[in-house]
Amino acid sequence: MKLWRTPFDRNPDAEPLGYIHIDKIRCKGCGFCAEYCPREVLHMGAELNYKGYKLAAIKDESKCLACGYCELICPEFAITLILNSNANKSEEKHPV
Amino acid sequence: MQIDDVTSYERSIAKYLRQDRLPHIWCAGCGIGPVLNCFLRAIDSAELNPDLVSVVSGIGCSGRVAGYVKLDSFHTTHGRAIPFATGLKLANPQLKTVVFSGDGDLVAIGGNHLIHAARRNIDMTVICINNFTYGMTGGQVGPTAPLDVRTATTPYGNFEPPFNLPWLLHASGASYIARWTVLHLHQLELTIVEALRRPGFSFIEVISPCPAIYGRMNKEPEGLDSLRNYIKRSVIKHGAGPRETAIDHKGPIVVGKFLDIDQPTLQDHLIGVAAKAKKPVKK
Amino acid sequence: MPDNGCLTGEFFMNGDNACAEGAISAGCRFFAGYPITPATEIAERMSRRLPVVGGTYIQMEDEIASMAAILGASWAGVKAMTSTSGPGFSLMMENIGLGIMLETPCVVVNIQRAGPSTGLPTLIGQQDIMQARWGSHGSYEIIALSPDSPQQMFDLTIKAFNLSEKYRLPVLIMSDEVVGHMSEKVVMPEIRTEDLFYREMPQKGAAGYLPYKTNGSLVPPMAIAGQGHHFHVTGLTHDERGYPVMTSRAQDQLITRLVDKIRLNADDIIMCNDYMMEGAEIVVVAYGITARIAQFAVKQAREQGIKAGCLQLVTLWPFAERRIGQLASQVKAFVVPEINRGQIVYEVERCACGRARTLLVPHSGGEVHKPAIISAAIRECHADR
Repeated sequence: MKLWRTPFDRNPDAEPLGYIHIDKIRCKGCGFCAEYCPREVLHMGAELNYKGYKLAAIKDESKCLACGYCELICPEFAITLILNSNANKSEEKHPV
Repeated sequence: MQIDDVTSYERSIAKYLRQDRLPHIWCAGCGIGPVLNCFLRAIDSAELNPDLVSVVSGIGCSGRVAGYVKLDSFHTTHGRAIPFATGLKLANPQLKTVVFSGDGDLVAIGGNHLIHAARRNIDMTVICINNFTYGMTGGQVGPTAPLDVRTATTPYGNFEPPFNLPWLLHASGASYIARWTVLHLHQLELTIVEALRRPGFSFIEVISPCPAIYGRMNKEPEGLDSLRNYIKRSVIKHGAGPRETAIDHKGPIVVGKFLDIDQPTLQDHLIGVAAKAKKPVKK
Repeated sequence: MPDNGCLTGEFFMNGDNACAEGAISAGCRFFAGYPITPATEIAERMSRRLPVVGGTYIQMEDEIASMAAILGASWAGVKAMTSTSGPGFSLMMENIGLGIMLETPCVVVNIQRAGPSTGLPTLIGQQDIMQARWGSHGSYEIIALSPDSPQQMFDLTIKAFNLSEKYRLPVLIMSDEVVGHMSEKVVMPEIRTEDLFYREMPQKGAAGYLPYKTNGSLVPPMAIAGQGHHFHVTGLTHDERGYPVMTSRAQDQLITRLVDKIRLNADDIIMCNDYMMEGAEIVVVAYGITARIAQFAVKQAREQGIKAGCLQLVTLWPFAERRIGQLASQVKAFVVPEINRGQIVYEVERCACGRARTLLVPHSGGEVHKPAIISAAIRECHADR
């Protein structure tokens, strides 16, 4: 059994394991995703959506480990995690 | 870049959401969304046939859950989700009935139905989103609101002791009792899976922020303030005794799986009744 | 007893038991109730009979829960019933409204006792007639039937299930303590499948099913849970998808249809029994047990040469407006005996519209009218110039 921490020590140059899509219409800017992203992929940006909510935005997508917590905690069902099947598969993924 | 055709969102929950009704009515920072997310994932994880899952809700913010799930869903009257679901389940025991509602709906106006459903040990999963207040009507004091909190109807602080829900349910005869906060989402999902699979009455309390109404009056004006508070205060303690699970204004919030026992369900007893009834009468 | 477990033949039993047997014969397979005098016998008999015929009986924690449970059972595709008396009927009101809003077929039996409040638990009243019509909040139409004997308890219970399945709403049986507790001969015929009405349902798994899309008729087909339709229904004002819509336009469309499905079908629903109505100048309008006493008084009046007749309202709601309206221009007076201080009499007055005298013969409850009191009222109207 391998250590579950492995993904956090991934080679920083490796391709990200996932990409994040944020639905700008649904996002209400609660900040949950940005606060609890373990790799600080997300942050609260300056952009406002059509309702005037401050939108969550992607700070550094390259760090994403596809843990899926942002997708799970988003109260608005606004975040979609797109898994990158091209990423180096030899490295153990964090169990999603 | 090569990406998966199907995102995990689409794989897990998109098919169970009424996309045409989103964005939903809940405020920014509300905790109902993540709980619903966990529940929808749990349907697949528990390997349920979604055709046989019925969601019944009462009235209030959490009562609107039924309107966003693409399952057989019923938005009923205030407090009466459990008896409605009881009828549904007894009339068709194949159905998996899930009651999704809030603390005011389930414990105040529906309190009698809650304890009686637990007593009967009817096969039903109740997910109680506890935000300590009546959000939809503007933040009046709820039956679980800790002493001293301020609400729209307790401007000088709450003067009524709250219910300790795990204790109430334990005493009433439930088979499965757990509590998590909106931050413990992986645990919550696993718990809902367990609860859905557990025959008998299962009750899951989820402590959830209500930033726009309750939080605003209690120094947690953002959803995040509440979540940070949960990190500080929550203590995972599986199997905690019912007396330990009371929630007060500042102290620890004990979370975890408190009870998981196997006992005959109402359906088991009814099968016995039917067998007795159909036995030929001795002449 | 035939294989299906329904009783057939002649029996001597009270109205409550006959009601339960009617329900079994009508295909009712779910009963949720709460003990209350004088309706308890229905629940007791159902608790004994339902497990035999493959149904489910449950005693809920109160009448509110009973009413909610039968709505749930109906959405699971089972014909469901509850029974109660005045205090429990009051508790059921909110969920009767839910039944109307969700368009849920079910039957509610009210064995009326005298009120208000706890009143006379073991003695008769006919005092919930207006509550049956207007008890739940909001604007709606309801169907209420009023049996006068154990035989009618049996027959009308079957009729009530048929009406509720046909028009998709809770149907009320407004019986009373005397009819409920009176034992008489009850003939139970074999009920054939074609005698029973079952709600129209969409095909299992039909794509694009919308719960309140009516296709021109006033009653939409009803999906049941567990068939893969993944429908949503709500007590909020909704559109044909079942989704809440908070506009006056949606409210108007929905409420108009809910009211029209009863009003426009009133002729199909309304049942009246005529007794000695040929050439009647004085018509006693009565319902329930009072109709039988009225018939006795009418017979006496005819013997005395007074042209009296009795119109028994078997259907209380929707009210027999057209019939009373037609009679009003032909007769001299309506005599309305009721075991209350005036409820149906207002409806008769409204329909008579001043064309015929309307005389209430009230009774506060606890016993039925003495025929002499109704006879006196008939004579009083006869003496009018």
